Amino acid sequence: MIDYSYDIEMVKGKIEKGIRSNNRKEDEYREVKIETGILKNAAGSAKVTLGKTMVYAGTKMEIGEPYPDTPEEGGITIGVELSPIAAPEFYAGPPNEISIELSRVVDRGIREAKTLDFNKLLLVPKEKAWFVFVDIYVLNHDGNLFDACQIAAMAALKTTKVPQIDGEYNQIKGEYAGNLVLEKIPVMNTYSKISNKIILDPDLNEDYATEARLSIAIDDNLNICALQKGEKGFFTQEELKEIVKISKKKYKEMRKIFEKL
Amino acid sequence: MVKKRVDGRELNELRPIKITSSVIERADGSAYLEWGQNKIIAAVYGPKEMLPKHLADSQKGKINFIYRMAPFSVPERKNPKPGRRDIEISKVVGEALSHAVLVDEFPGMVIDVYVQILDSNAGTRVAALTASAVALADAGIPMKDLVTAVAVGKANGNIIADLNKDEEDAEDAVDMAFAMLPSSEEIVLLQADGIMSEDEFDKALKMAKEKCQEVRKLQVEALKSKFKALKE
Repeated sequence: MIDYSYDIEMVKGKIEKGIRSNNRKEDEYREVKIETGILKNAAGSAKVTLGKTMVYAGTKMEIGEPYPDTPEEGGITIGVELSPIAAPEFYAGPPNEISIELSRVVDRGIREAKTLDFNKLLLVPKEKAWFVFVDIYVLNHDGNLFDACQIAAMAALKTTKVPQIDGEYNQIKGEYAGNLVLEKIPVMNTYSKISNKIILDPDLNEDYATEARLSIAIDDNLNICALQKGEKGFFTQEELKEIVKISKKKYKEMRKIFEKL
Repeated sequence: MVKKRVDGRELNELRPIKITSSVIERADGSAYLEWGQNKIIAAVYGPKEMLPKHLADSQKGKINFIYRMAPFSVPERKNPKPGRRDIEISKVVGEALSHAVLVDEFPGMVIDVYVQILDSNAGTRVAALTASAVALADAGIPMKDLVTAVAVGKANGNIIADLNKDEEDAEDAVDMAFAMLPSSEEIVLLQADGIMSEDEFDKALKMAKEKCQEVRKLQVEALKSKFKALKE
């Protein structure tokens, strides 16, 4: 395991003076790059880099039976895999609490915004509906996996093609009926509190120096659709209010990156 | 007209809460909590040596918080093996408790906090956190303050406190789990899902802070009553 303590103290000292690495402003994202449609076997795919953090997302669509309590709805499943490729502190093995929290927070932001209309995924009530599987692989960890994974999931979803089906509801290989329709484009912003300062999009050193973390998902109407606080520190009511204001301002800027896809 | 809720409560009214401390004889500290239909036992063991040793932090003690739901605690039998939800709740609630416990006082050690949900109807994570803080204090673990939790949110257009299951299932439902240290008002748990405006969020935060103070009184009462019982 790498000892980050030296870097943590350094980061804290700098943040106290209002200095971030790369001279970023406190509410400034690193450069986001998105490539889509890169994986032929996936219904939709995206490679996203956020600074040096790199994640891949791929979608698959499968026909399944609707859940008994929602007989006229399809569904979505979003999962994040922390590959041991991504960092020396990641190991192969079953999902740990870090990847489970990450998966569930990314899932919640997208689900709660009603990004997909599950009713539109229905084929035959009680019998057949589309289920969308979004699998996200973190391949280089340079901080803020939450936002990188959310962007990758949204980019993959936005470019997902719905497979063509025959009369027996079997998928026809290589043929597509159209694009998956997204009703909303939620944007997630993740903040770190370090030395009583709040910064957006923590890089790796900032991630390790984080006292408290907050992820907030904002939808097209600038409403909040999900919140998650993590780590052992705290936020004050005023800090939370400020975060909501910054996130509402950030929405347009971050949304733009999806419009080109 | 005063808008009443499905179960007749006022918008900011909590369900009845009952907390009893020192209910598990073998544990270093414990609490039993009823919060509406929720029935929860929390037990604390430690501080004790962290095993395996490589997980220990030589600078600080650790809180190992384990949240589990019994198979019979939900309408459809739950698989007893911990699910992803259990693991996520264990992580964030453990982190919230860690801020209150003076972890610097027991380097290399661990405090196990186990919570078992026996019956449930919405709001189990905040009930679990509230009970755990009482169990930790009951165990004599040094803390800078109690930790007090409530759920607030939205249902049928209203900002409300302590949602029950029917309200959580409302079309416009927002469920927000919230915890703070009641003296400093430092917010240590915040999880929300559902759509709310900035204004609604501000209202929900304000309500959560007020309601925490109410719950705190019950926590303190539960801790005090143990000593009253000893006197008698």
